[in-house]
Amino acid sequence: MTKTSTRLFTGSNFFMSKMSGIVKFIRRNGAAYLFITPWLLGFFVLTVYPMVYSLWLGFTDYDFTKPDATQWIWFGNYLKMFGAVFNLSQFTASTGEVMRVDPYYLKSLSVTFIYVFVSVPLKLIFALAVAMLLNQKLRGVPFYRAVYYIPTLLGGSVAIAVLWRKLFEKDGLVNLVLGAIGFTDLPGWITNPRYALWTLVLLTVWQFGSSMIIFLAGLKQIPQEYYEAASVDGATPVRRFFFITIPLLSPVILFNLVMQMIGAFQTFTQAYIIGGGRGGVLNSTLFYTLHLYIQGWTYHEMGYASAMAWVLLLIIGVLTVLVFRSSSFWVSYGTGE
Amino acid sequence: MAARTVVSHTWMHRFVKIRTAVSHSLTHLFIIALGLVMLYPVVWMVISSFKPNNMIFSDPGLIPKAVTIENYISGWKGYAGTTFGRFFANSLVLCIVAIVGNLISCSMAAYAFARLKFAGRDFWFAVMLVTLMLPAQVTLVPRYILFNTFGWVGTYLPLLVPRFMAVDAFFIFLLVQFIRSLPKELDEAAIIDGCGKWGVFFRIILPLASPALVTTALFTFLWTWDDFFNHLLYLTTPETFTVSRALRTFVGDAGAVSNWGGALAMAALSMVPTFILFFALQKYFVQGISTTGIKG
Repeated sequence: MTKTSTRLFTGSNFFMSKMSGIVKFIRRNGAAYLFITPWLLGFFVLTVYPMVYSLWLGFTDYDFTKPDATQWIWFGNYLKMFGAVFNLSQFTASTGEVMRVDPYYLKSLSVTFIYVFVSVPLKLIFALAVAMLLNQKLRGVPFYRAVYYIPTLLGGSVAIAVLWRKLFEKDGLVNLVLGAIGFTDLPGWITNPRYALWTLVLLTVWQFGSSMIIFLAGLKQIPQEYYEAASVDGATPVRRFFFITIPLLSPVILFNLVMQMIGAFQTFTQAYIIGGGRGGVLNSTLFYTLHLYIQGWTYHEMGYASAMAWVLLLIIGVLTVLVFRSSSFWVSYGTGE
Repeated sequence: MAARTVVSHTWMHRFVKIRTAVSHSLTHLFIIALGLVMLYPVVWMVISSFKPNNMIFSDPGLIPKAVTIENYISGWKGYAGTTFGRFFANSLVLCIVAIVGNLISCSMAAYAFARLKFAGRDFWFAVMLVTLMLPAQVTLVPRYILFNTFGWVGTYLPLLVPRFMAVDAFFIFLLVQFIRSLPKELDEAAIIDGCGKWGVFFRIILPLASPALVTTALFTFLWTWDDFFNHLLYLTTPETFTVSRALRTFVGDAGAVSNWGGALAMAALSMVPTFILFFALQKYFVQGISTTGIKG
């Protein structure tokens, strides 16, 4: 009798203490969790769930118009992307169905890589040069800074993409100006596959404003005494740049590099407008995200588009890790000498 | 040789002064020249929108030989029976609701991360920072399928509901940085006076964080106004089109519209709100960019 009652008692005590633990947790943390509830909800519903779902979709042949016919095809989508590397033009998927290798995937990859590896360094160099120009004791710097930011302010808009397309056409403004100063036999920059990508690079470099503002803020942090001391020791401006400015600014350069790189891989609007909703002439401006959009929304191949998105995530992830790894060689955080 | 040393002191001084003045004006000249080259396409666009249609692409100059507002009248008519008045109104409504959503959801999360102590705070904060780096493409297809099952495609809900769930984590980060810089004594005093967590949030944090809230509102406006990709995905009928979505259809796939003047005029007009906000709220721009490195 006593035994059972004790057992019962301890049992309920255990239950009670667990309950009171939860109550205590809620009392202690409930209000805070209420504040982050909208974000948590968004995180699970709009980030975690879609990521898991798209990872799954990437292994299926999900077609938006006939979702009920979805089949698991293992790495079929990935072979569809990279099959051309193994000289395949088609292959039999695990379902027994013959799948065609995507003939444009590698092209979109190379277009995007060229674009990122050219436009991001150029943009940062230009941004740093202008930031140094503006980092002098001059009157009107806030005004100049604003003027140089205007292309960035407007650059992402459809309006500018439309303008750009018109500027670089065969009878566009650029050729009109170049013709007026004596150039002949000018190409249609947008319609010529050799140059089309470079008009987009130019459009990106033109929008150097954000990086410039971040560089300017970084340059202001460098103590003026370093430059004075170096000058007294007879250091030339070039040496001062490479031995003071660059090392002290390196964390900011790293930050700008990573952010701009991640952004550049995802460029869409300008390529879409300038390429006329497609990849331009001979797919010369078939950016990765544009190709993904065409596969997923024009051809409804959303399983394939999901697989493409995961490859993009991997590419960006690996490159970001590489940049951070390399940073121990070239980024100094100003500790010690 | 001797003469030169005699004059040196006063003259050297003056020489140095003149040299700095000259080098300064040369720098100014260079900065202005570079700025003009950079702004030339934009300025040309605005001026050309006032030129007669047939003169636009024959004239690279900035001074129009004839001025007309014909382009604005013909462009405003829009297409498919929908005027640009409707497109502008759509964009404006979308921006305002998006701003409200971001202000509410992001400031709440930011207050919790910056000021409240709770189990798992550092973990969730780290998770939030990771989502900042996540390319949007990995969630794109499932989100589309999800919104489609809700029957939301073709409405503004896929563009607006996520704002109330703080998906633009950039702003949480921006607000956290700002709230952390506010003196903690104010919260403590308010708590002693009997304020709860919500009281501190509404009466202390929100008013003091208003500069960062303005930055949040400003960038939300710009990103929503200029967003094209999401509008392309989710808006399906011309009556719901925003300015950026409408401009794209107005120009067409081939880009061979007959009414280039109208297209240029509407493109120029679409940049006006951005310009006004930029020049009115410049310091918030600089603050936003340098604290979070906002992309662009």
